Amino acid sequence: MRSGGRALVSFEGGCRIEGLELLKNWDVWKQLLQGTLVTVELTVSLLAVGLVLGVLVALGQVYGPRPLAILCFGYERFFRAMPIVVLLVVVNYGLVFVANTYQWDWLRWPPFAVAVLVFGLHSSAYQSQIFRGAILAIKPGQLLAARALGMTRLQTMRYIVLPQALRLAIPGWSNEYSGVLKDTSFVFAIGVTELFRQGWQIAQRTREFFLIFITVALIYLMLTYLGTGLLELVERVWGVPGLAGQRREEHGRVV
Amino acid sequence: MAVSSEIVLRVEDLHKRYGNEEVLKGVSFTVRQGEALAIIGPSGTGKSTLLRCINRLTEPDRGRIFLEETEITSAHIDINKIRQQIGFVFQDFNLFAHLTALDNVRLGLMKVKGLSKREATERAMHELARVGLAEKAHAYPAQLSGGQQQRVSIARALAMDPKVMLFDEPTSALDPELIGEVLQVMQELAEEGMTMIVVTHEMGFARSVCDEVIFMEKGVIVEQGPPEQVFLNPQQPRTRQFLSKISELYGGVR
Repeated sequence: MRSGGRALVSFEGGCRIEGLELLKNWDVWKQLLQGTLVTVELTVSLLAVGLVLGVLVALGQVYGPRPLAILCFGYERFFRAMPIVVLLVVVNYGLVFVANTYQWDWLRWPPFAVAVLVFGLHSSAYQSQIFRGAILAIKPGQLLAARALGMTRLQTMRYIVLPQALRLAIPGWSNEYSGVLKDTSFVFAIGVTELFRQGWQIAQRTREFFLIFITVALIYLMLTYLGTGLLELVERVWGVPGLAGQRREEHGRVV
Repeated sequence: MAVSSEIVLRVEDLHKRYGNEEVLKGVSFTVRQGEALAIIGPSGTGKSTLLRCINRLTEPDRGRIFLEETEITSAHIDINKIRQQIGFVFQDFNLFAHLTALDNVRLGLMKVKGLSKREATERAMHELARVGLAEKAHAYPAQLSGGQQQRVSIARALAMDPKVMLFDEPTSALDPELIGEVLQVMQELAEEGMTMIVVTHEMGFARSVCDEVIFMEKGVIVEQGPPEQVFLNPQQPRTRQFLSKISELYGGVR
């Protein structure tokens, strides 16, 4: 192959031009954007599932009667112990197996739905610890004050605990967002074609691995930047003096 | 305002134990309509536990408590209904940190009493004005001084229109120069005829504002009587000892 310096230069040169040309190709972008859309949909859905379950698990851990609290801790430990890829494959093929064995067609889920379920459960275990920390940061005196007004336990959680815990959880939650966003690329294991998988296919076809994956990486960077930026905005707008969102300035004045 | 003969609160033989330590060893007393009762005594003698037993934030082990005719220590009672009728003011204010002063006062009215937002706002503003904080309605707790926070918490309790107000060392967490504004509000309440029980180390307040004083130590009532008697002519040696210690520290009972 290396017949001479001239040939090598022209080969690389040709490559570079072809590579940049590739980015002017609408079909490539269409494929990447389709992948991006799947990644975003998956991330948003799994975070929503994880948020609801995570809050419930955290409440169960902190306020539940002993058996429920133990159950919630067991749930959280189990899902945090499972590698996400293993969990995806086991649940996906497990569902297929059960559906085939018992002829239960309602268990034949599209891979995307399986991905949302598995990722959602996995994320809820991590999110539960973010919320548990946030709940425990609330001074218990406020709960006494709420009960003293005649609020029920549920009202106290709804009107006192949750509004504060959710605000306090935003920085940790932003971490979870940027974490799962990138982990979603594991869903290729069950045949969901998201951003990374689309990039992989384009790269296989065009042999432009470096260029394509750099582009994919930049899209992930942008998504992370946009998402965490949005959460920072929520934190500031929804913040309350002395509680959350506006502490940066207070800390900044001291050190 | 005159104290009527009608009994609002009756506590009978209250006991409470934490592990091996018996915090309340049979406490009984009554509070009449419009009476301001001070409970004084050294720290760790069960005064706060006693207050918390009255609205069952702490469950007593034994004994009975009546709010007017209702036995609130009965197992069949809906305690949330009872707590609406008993205002509670905490030592460290315990305002809801995510809500403005107005929302702190309004929350119970809307969510517990079921008032509309308009009615609740009106009522809450009235109570905030009563404690002199109408212009701070939209401030968050962190933006208020300790004294202001405590006044908001008094307004929050008053808004529920309670039959009796319980104050658990309401000025102990305050800077000396902020104590006055809180005592002022409490004095006005007493003069308006609010029935109240005040656990306090403010002997001046107990003496000049309250109608009755209980000296408590080690889980029992040592001495009880009108302030002139307890402060000027205490019958029990232990009461005398405590009061002389206090006047040594604070330069005499005013």
